[in-house]
Order: sequence, then structure tokens, then C-alpha cells
Amino acid sequence: MRVAVEQIINGLTIGSFYALIALGYSMVYGILKLINFVHGDFFTLGSYLGYTILIFAAAFITAHFGLWGGIVCAMLVAALCLALTGLVVERIAYRPIYPAGRLPAVVSALGASIVLQNAIMVIWGPRYQAYPAPMIPNLHLLFFGINITLLQVVILVFSFVLMGILYYIIQKTLFGASVRAMALDRDTASLMGIDFNRVILFIFTLGPALGAVTGVMVGMYYRQISFTMGWNYGLKAFTATILGGIGNIPGAMFGGLLLGVLEMLGAAYISAAWKDVFVFIILILVLIFRPTGIFGETTAEKV
Amino acid sequence: MTDERRTTHDVVLETKKLTKIFGGLTAVADFDADVRAGEIYSLIGPNGAGKTTVFNVVTGIYRPDHGNVIFKGADITGKKPHEIVRFGIARTFQNIRIFPHMTCLENIMAGQHCRTSAGLWSTLFATPQKHREEEKIRETAERRIRQVGLARFRDELARNISYGSQRMLEIARALATEPALLVLDEPSSGLNAGETDALMKFLRELIANENLTILLIEHDMNVVMGISDRVAVMDEGRKIAEGRPEEIYNDPRVIEAYLGSEDD
Amino acid sequence: MDDSNPSPVRRLHLYETILLFAVPVLFVVYPFAVNDYYIDIGFYFGIYALLGLSLNIVLGEVGLFDLGHAGFYAIGAYTTAILNTKLGVPVIILIPVSALAAALFAYIVCSPIIHLRGDYLCVVTIGMGEIVRLALINNFLGLTGGPNGVYNIDFPSFGGSFVIDSSIEYYFLIWIIVGVSIVGLIRLQHSRIGRAWNCIREDEVAAGTTGIDVRYYKLLAFVLGAALAGVAGNIYASKLMAVSPESFTFWESCMMFCIILIGGMGSIPGVLIGAAFISLFPEIFRPFAMYRMLVFGVVMILMMMFRPGGAWPRRRGGADLPSLFSRMRKSHDG
Repeated sequence: MRVAVEQIINGLTIGSFYALIALGYSMVYGILKLINFVHGDFFTLGSYLGYTILIFAAAFITAHFGLWGGIVCAMLVAALCLALTGLVVERIAYRPIYPAGRLPAVVSALGASIVLQNAIMVIWGPRYQAYPAPMIPNLHLLFFGINITLLQVVILVFSFVLMGILYYIIQKTLFGASVRAMALDRDTASLMGIDFNRVILFIFTLGPALGAVTGVMVGMYYRQISFTMGWNYGLKAFTATILGGIGNIPGAMFGGLLLGVLEMLGAAYISAAWKDVFVFIILILVLIFRPTGIFGETTAEKV
Repeated sequence: MTDERRTTHDVVLETKKLTKIFGGLTAVADFDADVRAGEIYSLIGPNGAGKTTVFNVVTGIYRPDHGNVIFKGADITGKKPHEIVRFGIARTFQNIRIFPHMTCLENIMAGQHCRTSAGLWSTLFATPQKHREEEKIRETAERRIRQVGLARFRDELARNISYGSQRMLEIARALATEPALLVLDEPSSGLNAGETDALMKFLRELIANENLTILLIEHDMNVVMGISDRVAVMDEGRKIAEGRPEEIYNDPRVIEAYLGSEDD
Repeated sequence: MDDSNPSPVRRLHLYETILLFAVPVLFVVYPFAVNDYYIDIGFYFGIYALLGLSLNIVLGEVGLFDLGHAGFYAIGAYTTAILNTKLGVPVIILIPVSALAAALFAYIVCSPIIHLRGDYLCVVTIGMGEIVRLALINNFLGLTGGPNGVYNIDFPSFGGSFVIDSSIEYYFLIWIIVGVSIVGLIRLQHSRIGRAWNCIREDEVAAGTTGIDVRYYKLLAFVLGAALAGVAGNIYASKLMAVSPESFTFWESCMMFCIILIGGMGSIPGVLIGAAFISLFPEIFRPFAMYRMLVFGVVMILMMMFRPGGAWPRRRGGADLPSLFSRMRKSHDG
């Protein structure tokens, strides 16, 4: 029982990483119907930027803002840089191409991903980098015999706050309604006066920024980062997006959390080596019985 | 239409208490109809009356919740679309659905698919039967493309020809499946007056020269009155009237159904 | 309504005639003109061409997003590796066996998911590819050798008398198979099967109401595509004499996907161009060292910007190469 609860908490932690990355996939997919392969690399880049800030400005930041201040600084800078990167990538790799259809855009996205990944490799080198240990809070907590770290609690709370904010923006505000309208039917939404470019601006700044923040959290949680890690996280997050129902924001959050929990339970009760196989089999089973994901609409195609 | 044709009253298509429900909405309710060999049977009614749903059930796109579809004596309820085509029902769509990145001739050749059988091995080894069959497909398609007057666009991609031509192409593709019943969903929509006249002439010739029955959804009353042998009127999923065009034209229930929907 | 006009017969451009004869000659002469290193590059070009042709059936002809094609490739390679090293079955016999194994795997895996649309199918194929790779890493049934893979695979030999063991022999082996596959695929393209595939890609609903069994032809595409990928796996395994899971990653599936889109969906010359790009580009740009993949990514974006339909899109209706070829033959006869 204790193991199960611990694994569920671990699962929720990595699940919240998947969920935050999945949001970026889902928003872009909703509007452009494009699998945004570069999103995983946004996440990696964010992680490296956070790492750089913690390494080089460690003494200065901690002296002025304390340990948590340093982490917040790293996240903020990484998020801002990635918001900018997201806009640039959209301008260069997507905007000229998506009128030609979604398949060329997929290749272009892959191309952008290769560029970003290799740029990271050229700048930071091909080897693993380690987040500086003194910069990471290292406190273990015990609740009723359940072992959990302070970092986990912070990550969980922070992730849920972020998801809550995004959920609020998308589901409750007028602007969110315009994003959802754009996702449903771009032409009609445009005719209703919704500014496509504003929506694009929103999803290509907020998505990468969320990815960057997640990157910093992953760096702190696992300590080690590598320039190829975006692929693995990207793949899982994309799977989570599909699991929840593609283009559906609450679905992406739920899908990410579910994926994380399944993975950790699989690791604990089946086998650590086969946990990803377990996750993918669940995904396939879900899609066999619910072909449009857990939260996807099951509308018949209009003929 | 000629009288001797109407003396043969074999029923080609029969629907029995056909019902289709979407969520809580009953799109078609207890729809009975019988379409006789060699006639043009039109289905009319205001928007949302359930006409296209009837078509989709008949052609296997939807499975009905109740009721049966009988085609030439065989129960084809719930069969898949490609099986229904083999039985001899071919259709067109309200919003044209051609294969845009294939040539016009290839579009029509695709219609011959269900009447041919060359498989993987005979194709890979290019057997003589496969060649003969391919010749037959090509000849049929050439004949159909001339029939609808699109031979000059033979090698043009289907998406590049005009809307009116695309409609005729879709009909030619349906004809290439060698159907006994041709199901046309608003064939005149989007056509100009000249094209509509040509279409009516074409359908009249078709029914006169080929062993064919036509089931039609149509909004253009000139077309309906001009070519139909019988007309059925639908409203809110039900058939409210059926008869010869001139009977329908004066039927108060029909007028009411249409006037009641004036604002949509 | 009769307006029988003969279709305007397009004549072969000079450059097309030259290409038609020069390209095959080039392929035959090439290995005699360069050293083994460059012959091997030509060999890997051939492997990617075969993989491209196999994915082209699924993605190019039928429009099914398959991002797990490396899984089928892996099944072929490991079937060869395991049966050869454990049971001593000759590699040459394992070519059809590997094809069958991959095809059977595709049939079993794809049957329950073939109704999924677009990106949902895509993510399931990704999952399928990952499951295969992870199973290989985890030493599935104790047969796959874990992360190290299986080694000591034989060379293919014809009855023991003629053994394929040099670079040049492998080069010809792969390109002969590619050539035979191209002939088969061109025949399929110009048959009711190829047209049925294209119809499904264009409009699934209309394909059904035109009399095409959508499910059957989708599965056929997966099975055939997997079989060809299985053959590629066999040859790759025996050439390297070893297989390991890292050759069959998601990245590899993505590269196959790019081959098709860079070349042009459903276009056989396009597949060759795409495969050339994927396999030759990193070699040509070797002097750029760590920057070469950066350049590679930039070029991918640029290609989609300037040729979104691919480098050599499929031409139809008598303007495609095979029709030109047959017309040329007729004019020679006449």
C-alpha cells in the first residue's frame, strides 16, 4: 500500500511533466492540426537555459534572492527565451509552409527539431549535463510513513497551479473561447472576427514557455539532462495528448497525469524495463475502444 | 415518361419502417418507400427533413436503428458501403466527393473496381487476364467519360475541372459501377440554369437508354417536376406525402411543410 | 454529349529520355568507379530506397500516417538474425521468411487498429514501433540479446557456391531487389489495387461508396509495406553481420517518413530522391562535422518551403514515367 501511494505520487510528478508538455502539443494541434515535433526540443532548450543560469549565476542569485529565488529566476528566463524561440520557429519553419498542407509542415517540424537539437549539442556539447546539486532543495518529508521530497511537493503544486491557470484561460475567458472556436473551425472563427495571428501568438509563446518551465523542473528532479531528451519526453507527451483526445486541453492534462501514474505503477508492479511497453499497450487498447481518446468527441463524420 | 415502362411495377428498392436516431434526435422515423424499376423517384422536403440520412442508410454509411432496406428482394440492411455497391446501388454526394488528385479517367476507372477482380499476384506478375481486365476497365471508363462529355479532361486532375464538370464526373463514376439503382443527392445544386437543363436532359436519356432506376434528392422544383415519375415528401424524418409530381405540387400538406420552414 | 478528343500526347522531354537511360547505367557503373567506402554508401542508399518504397505504399499510396515503420524493419532484421544464428537457416532463404514474418506481424497488429483515423493511427504506429524496440532491448523471450543485439550472422550464399560477402556484391544485391520492387510497385500503381489505394487516400467515404473495401486495402498496404521493410531488414542484418535495437528507433521511422515527403507522396522517383537525400547528405557534409545535422534540418525546412509537394511529385494521366516509357516503346514498334 505504501509503495502504491509512493508510486502514484511519483507518477503524478512525472505525469505533470508530461501534462505540461502535452499542453503545448495539444494547443498547436488544435489550431493547426500539426504534430509539433519541435516542442520536445523547446523543452530541452528550456532545461539547458535553466541549467546555464543556475551554473553561472548561482552565487550571485542565491546571495540576492535565496535558493528558491534562484530557481524562479532560472524558470522565468528560460520561459521568456523559449516564448521568443517559439515565435521565431513559427515564423520561419511553419508560417511559410502550413498553407501547403499539414504533411509538409510535419517534415518542416522535424527539420526544426533536428536544427534545435543539434544547436543545443553544438552549444552545450554532446555529453550529459548535471544540474548543480547545491542549487536544488534536498529535503525529505514523511507523511504517515510515506516518503516524499519537498521538491516533489513543490513541483506538484506548481504544475497544478500552472495547469489551473491555463485551464481557466482556455475554458473560462473570452479569449479562451476564441482559441477553442479557432480549434473547432478556423474559417468560421475568422469570419466571426477572431484574429488568427493573436491566437497563434498565444499558443506559440505560452506552449514553449510551459515547456521551458517543465524543462527546468525535470532538470531539478532528475539532475541529469541531455540534448536528446526532448524526443523521449516529446513522444510521451504526444502520446498523452492522444490518450486524452487530441486538441482537447483538459484531455491533455488528464492524459499526461494518467500516463505518468501508469508508467510508475507499471514500473513497480510489472517491471521497470517493460513500463513503457505497458504504457503503449494501454494507449493502443484505449484507442481500440475509444478511437478518439478518452475525452475526444465521438461524432460521426458528416456526409 | 413512356407508359410501357411504367407497366412493369417490379420494386427495386424497398425501405420498411426505416428509423435512424442521432443522440436524442430522430432523423428518420418509420420511413417506408418503394422505388420501382425504371422510374425516377424523387425525395423532397425542407432542410433537415432527413432525406440525406435516408440515402446514407440505404448506401450503408449509417446503420439504421430499426427497419430494413430491401434491394431486389435481398435484405441489405447494415451492409457495408462497398458491399452495397456490389449489389448494384451507386450514389453521389450533396457536396461533391471526387478523388481530387487523380485524373478524371482514373476517377471513373475506380468505379469499375467492384466489377473486376485482379488480385495482388496477377498484378505483380502482369498476367494476361489482368491485362484483359485492365483493358475492359479502361474501355468502360472511356465510354462513360464520353457519355458525360468530359473526354477532353481525361488526363486532367479532377480538382482542376469546373464544379459542374465535377458533378458529371461523380455521376460517371457512379455509373461505372454498373448500378441498377442510381442514388443522386441534389445533383443540380451549384449548377447554373444551362447546366441544370443539360443535367435533366442527361438523366432523361439515361433512364430511357439504360436499365436503370434513379432515386433523387432535389431542391430545384423545376427539376423535380420536370423529370420525376413519383415524388415523396419528407418532413421531420417522416414521409408526409407521395404521388405523381402534379399531385404533390398541389398537396396542402406539402405546401405547409415548405411554408413552415420558410425561415431556414 | 459526345466530345471524344484524344488526350494530348505529351512527348518525352530530352532530359527525361536521358534520365531514363543514364540513371540505370550510372547505378551499374558507379561501384566499379569508386572504393569500398563509397560502395557502402551506395548500399545504404539502396537500403533507404527499399525502406522508402515500403513506407511509400502505406503513406504515399494510401495516406496512412505510419511513424512506426522501423518496427517492421526490425522484425525482418531480427527474424533473420535469430533464425540464422540459432537454427542455422541460410540467410538467403530467410529473405522471404523475414518478409512473411514482418507481414504477419503487420497483419496481426494492424487488424484491430486499422479503423483509426489520421493522427490516432499515427500515434498507434509510433507505439507499435516503440513496443518492438523496447521488447528487443529487454531481450524478449531470451532471443533478442538485449541492448547488444544478435551477432555472427552469416553472409547470404547461393547453394554454398556463390557467397555474397563483398561490398560490391551487397551493393548489387540491394539494388537488384530495389529494381524488382520498383517494377512490382509500378504495376500496382497502374492497377485496380493502386487506384483503390489512391481513392482511399483521397476520400475514404467516397472510396467506400465507389465499391472499394477500405479496410481490406488498408491492411493490404500495411502487409505489403511491412513485407518489403522485412526484406530490407534481412539484407541490413547480414551486411552488418549483427543487429541491435539502436538501428530501429523512432528517429529511423521519422527519417523514412521524410523520404516520402521530401520525394513526393506516391512517387517512385521521388522515393529515390528522398532516400538519396537522407543517406547521402550526411556523408557529403561530413566536413562540416557537428554542424552537418544542423544544415540537414535547415535544408529539410527549405525543401518544404520551396517544394511542398516533394522534389518529384507523382505525375498522372500519361505524364508519368511508366506511361511515357510504354508510349515510347509503342512508337518504336510502330
